[in-house]
Amino acid sequence: MAGAVSALFLLDIKGRVLVWRDYRGDVSAVQAERFFTKLIEKEGDPQSQDPVVYDNGVTYMFIQHSNVYLMVAARQNCNAASLLFFLHRVVDVFKHYFEELEEESLRDNFVVVYELLDEMMDFGYPQYTEAKILSEFIKTDAYRMEVTQRPPMAVTNAVSWRSEGIRYKKNEVFLDVVESVNILVNSNGQIIRSDVVGALKMRTYLSGMPECKLGLNDRVLLEAQGRTTKGKAIDLDDIKFHQCVRLARFENDRTISFIPPDGSFDLMTYRLSTQVKPLIWVEAQVERHSRSRIEIMVKARSQFKERSTATNVEIELPVPADSTNPNVRTSMGSASYAPENDALVWKIKSFPGGKEYMLRAEFSLPSITAEEATPERKAPIRVKFEIPYFTVSGIQVRYLKIIEKSGYQALPWVRYITMAGEYELRLI
Amino acid sequence: MSGHDSKYFSTTKKGEIPELKEELNSQYKDKRKDAVKKVIAAMTVGKDVSSLFTDVVNCMQTENLELKKLVYLYLINYAKSQPDLAILAVNTFVKDSQDPNPLIRALAVRTMGCIRVDKITEYLCDPLQRCLKDDDPYVRKTAAICVAKLYDINAELVEDRGFLESLKDLISDNNPMVVANAVAALAEIQENSSRPIFEITSHTLSKLLTALNECTEWGQVFILDALSKYKAADAREAENIVERVTPRLQHANCAVVLSAVKMILQQMELITSTDVVRNLCKKMAPPLVTLLSAEPEIQYVALRNINLIVQRRPTILAHEIKVFFCKYNDPIYVKMEKLEIMIKLASDRNIDQVLLEFKEYATEVDVDFVRKAVRAIGRCAIKLERAAERCISVLLELIKIKVNYVVQEAIIVIKDIFRRYPNTYESIIATLCESLDTLDEPEAKASMIWIIGEYAERIDNADELLESFLESFPEEPSQVQLQLLTATVKLFLKKPTEGPQQMIQVVLNNATIETDNPDLRDRAYIYWRLLSTDPEAAKDVVLAEKPVITDDSNQLDPSLLDELLANIATLSSVYHKPPDAFVTRVKTTVQRTEDDDYPDGSESGYAESSSHVADGVTSPQASSSSVPAAARQADPAPAPAPVPDLLGDLIGLDNSAIVPVDQPSEPAGPPLPVVLPASTGQGLQISAQLTRRDGQIFYSLLFENNSQVALDGFMIQFNKNSFGLAAAGPLQVPQLQPGASAGTLLPMVLFQNLSTGPPNSLLQVAVKNNQQPVWYFNDKIPLIAFFTEDGKMERTSFLETWRSLPDSNEVSKDFPGAVVSNVEMTLDRMAASNLFFIAKRKHANQDVFYFSAAIPRGVPFLIELTLVVGVPGVKCAIKTPSPEMAPLFFEALETILKI
Repeated sequence: MAGAVSALFLLDIKGRVLVWRDYRGDVSAVQAERFFTKLIEKEGDPQSQDPVVYDNGVTYMFIQHSNVYLMVAARQNCNAASLLFFLHRVVDVFKHYFEELEEESLRDNFVVVYELLDEMMDFGYPQYTEAKILSEFIKTDAYRMEVTQRPPMAVTNAVSWRSEGIRYKKNEVFLDVVESVNILVNSNGQIIRSDVVGALKMRTYLSGMPECKLGLNDRVLLEAQGRTTKGKAIDLDDIKFHQCVRLARFENDRTISFIPPDGSFDLMTYRLSTQVKPLIWVEAQVERHSRSRIEIMVKARSQFKERSTATNVEIELPVPADSTNPNVRTSMGSASYAPENDALVWKIKSFPGGKEYMLRAEFSLPSITAEEATPERKAPIRVKFEIPYFTVSGIQVRYLKIIEKSGYQALPWVRYITMAGEYELRLI
Repeated sequence: MSGHDSKYFSTTKKGEIPELKEELNSQYKDKRKDAVKKVIAAMTVGKDVSSLFTDVVNCMQTENLELKKLVYLYLINYAKSQPDLAILAVNTFVKDSQDPNPLIRALAVRTMGCIRVDKITEYLCDPLQRCLKDDDPYVRKTAAICVAKLYDINAELVEDRGFLESLKDLISDNNPMVVANAVAALAEIQENSSRPIFEITSHTLSKLLTALNECTEWGQVFILDALSKYKAADAREAENIVERVTPRLQHANCAVVLSAVKMILQQMELITSTDVVRNLCKKMAPPLVTLLSAEPEIQYVALRNINLIVQRRPTILAHEIKVFFCKYNDPIYVKMEKLEIMIKLASDRNIDQVLLEFKEYATEVDVDFVRKAVRAIGRCAIKLERAAERCISVLLELIKIKVNYVVQEAIIVIKDIFRRYPNTYESIIATLCESLDTLDEPEAKASMIWIIGEYAERIDNADELLESFLESFPEEPSQVQLQLLTATVKLFLKKPTEGPQQMIQVVLNNATIETDNPDLRDRAYIYWRLLSTDPEAAKDVVLAEKPVITDDSNQLDPSLLDELLANIATLSSVYHKPPDAFVTRVKTTVQRTEDDDYPDGSESGYAESSSHVADGVTSPQASSSSVPAAARQADPAPAPAPVPDLLGDLIGLDNSAIVPVDQPSEPAGPPLPVVLPASTGQGLQISAQLTRRDGQIFYSLLFENNSQVALDGFMIQFNKNSFGLAAAGPLQVPQLQPGASAGTLLPMVLFQNLSTGPPNSLLQVAVKNNQQPVWYFNDKIPLIAFFTEDGKMERTSFLETWRSLPDSNEVSKDFPGAVVSNVEMTLDRMAASNLFFIAKRKHANQDVFYFSAAIPRGVPFLIELTLVVGVPGVKCAIKTPSPEMAPLFFEALETILKI
């Protein structure tokens, strides 16, 4: 079961090697490049290609980020989940270093890239991917110091994500509760799937090694403590914690305790799949008049309390690829034709609860069509929105206790926001 | 914080290497550092900078950490090609491994472990021994991995020097990261050793479970993966372990989650309490579902694993089918896997919703996905008896849309439905028949014909329908022909009237006399004989009741499933294949030296590339033959392929290498040309070709015995020829049973029995065995096999030689048909055949390339190729002391250029 990769490649959009690090000396770059360019050529769209491919004794696993492919090659039965996840982490690290990970930034920083590849992986085994700590001892030119660097304690510590001796004048914590609503409505108007994926995004500016304890209105916890819940508590289907959270402790008594990393990170993500009423409901009627004209009538309704307001609402309505001459009227907001996406995009800046808006659009269609028409691409209606100061789940941060041995007071700031995630309504 | 390193990639006009050499030896620190960066930049783009070895190593002794790292990186890349010079670095390594700065100590052992040169390895032992006991955990964790590196290079050394014991001690280290790396190293060593090295006792188990709470996410994965092999003593211990592992299900790293799932599933096998098992299933469901919110690549791995998990424990996700419904933007590979799991989870309870989804997918645009969706409906029909009717009505609706491939796929699955539920749904046949003339895929056609034949008595115009296919009988693929044959026989037996009688004669005639397909012919003769001797017996046979098929839903064999579940999260679980089906244990010989360094085709002029030292250490060894490659290569068909696949050779497709003769070997790679066809050799077929491997010439032979008797006592003899080729040893071919084949590589020697006269490529061979007369055949000697590895010339000597040879020794030839569209590829190919690139210049709009080559006894060839990239037409001029060889040379070149 033990398994390590043989090499890590950074390839350009055509599949040519930009930088590679050979960890075990048993794969060839020329061979990998030849294989991968062939793969891209053959498949056209590498997005559709399985991300794990076998060729002549070597397994290649890859992901894409902007115009760069990150790929590992392995001859052993290695842990695929771990290595693909590792590649995503490598992206995060490079982004931390170079702001953007792309062909140019890799070329511009190849020395640091080599240094990082040497530190993040050894002999094909993932080692260390905390960008913040890495940048304490691997620096880009501009920040290089003449003092010889030493490995920060954190690299091998149990608390591998935070260095000691951090100091702030003002100790603050910002906590954003961000919920994304995913919904799938079929063409009969039935909700066939809905779930909420939430994240507690933290930004910490805290001195020293602070011990934090977070209290949520988690039903399991409250009931265990024998409190009456009065319908305010919530059930979460699944919770995932950042590695700083003591999982064994949570398993024991549902306490969320941790020493946070410095700066921003996702403390936890959660998921609940209760049936939620779609916050914004969209109904569309499409009428094809003969072959030359198509008429679309759309009703959008906000189904949340009046005191909340959705902002930046964007409703993407699919239209036939060959539509021309758009003629659109809306009762609110503005709509524009985006032929590159074969869609009409209806934008509403502010959409208060309990309102209903209309859109009416007409397009011309070419009267001539191919004999054997291939079936039309059936895109769903997609909706984007944000509703500040509101969560679907009703999750609440009851407290965030911060204890540090120097005894400072820290201020936690909490915000709530709900957004549309994958919000799809299929057309008839 | 963006850098500006890209400037190091820009090349200077002057000869690059000498300039770099100068800069590397500069007295100024900054200049030296910049020069090393340029060297690394050149290495990065694939230029060969190994000739700067000494100069770069001289920069190694520096206080500057960045510079040191770059030099180390250089060493890792080139030490193998300069083993003698690499020894220069040892002192600095040993010194660095005792540096006060732990970062440098760790860097030194880490790098030394990556240099796979025996001489360096010897010096690694002492520093490694020290670093394993270092005060700093960062050094210890690096040293732990280094033991695995050393084991990979020299296992004996590791065992003799007691490194395994030191490594095992690190399991009790107080630092969690050190523990995790020690576990990874031990697990790898165990994998490569046949004797027990790393056995997890209950004592180590509890230590590792404690470390689990403290080490990094990657370390947690190492530990969980290693522990999943642990067999608990009883149910109680299993429950205890599971209890310690379940908190990992809440980890944000999905690899930690999957490895925890693997371990829980393993221990669950031992747990007897149904309550506990049910509880665990309940606990595992949400984390598995959450994996589907991860990045698509990880979703893919998760889905492949969930596929396995639901086969063993269907209850875990029985109520979660909705999470597998496809989203519009899911990549196609995710959609395909989701579909597979939906079929597995479909039940009477959720089938209506599932069918709605399938129907939705069946109208999407991606053809493969649509087909799979249609097939999924059929598979559900076969799996769920009570839902079969609903499935069929969805299929009929889809057929009405009249999208060609949907109709064809629907017909294929409906045939299966008929076989699962005989005499139930035949009423729909009429609808199916309407689509008859749109069918153009063999499988759909065959399915439809099967349906017509099977239900001939209920289809009024069955004879007309079948007759419409008969006209094109000879052109149909064999699958369709076979079905047509059977269907016509069925029709005839059911309706023995005049029409079918005529049809059967046409078909039998077509399927016997007019066909070359033995399967079809055999089947037709059987029917013929049956029909003519005893029509009643024919009825009993042909119209016999068929066994009802069942749903397999791609279920895996239970023992394979066990093995795959033990490998959750790994490649094995992604491929659904046991590890040994794809893991190739290559003793890591560096293969890159030769095929990686191609001279860069840029303007800079001369790539003074390495002196490809061909001593014992560096010579690239072909990888050992791998199972999947051999399987993929299919059977070594005797189809003639006159052009040897050099590309295949280069990238290691042809990796039978030097196989010991006693080991049965399938010569993989391109099929050899047939030199003695079976028709001439009374059933014995011989395919053969001269090839060059690792600097030696072999005659690669494949014997196939298609005769009725076993053949043995094979011997071979070569007639005098222009190169004096002769066998270096006896031919080793085992006894060949009828139908068997054997391949062998016969080592050859040169200059044994030289013929006189002008050189030609004729090779006359005689082969005999104990059962048959002596067979003579002619083969061609490809000059390609003779180009030696030491044919590379220095640029200066190339020029001198060119000048010294008289013009009468120059021969040229045009290849109007040859095109070079990719210079790199061509250079690679030439290099693989030992035609060495010397230089390149531009002449008008043409590129002129110079190469050198040599054949045994040191006969050099100086080659000049003039061409325009991408335009047909290559002019080749050669100069050689033996111009009489030119025709043979051009033949060889043609082979290389034409691949």
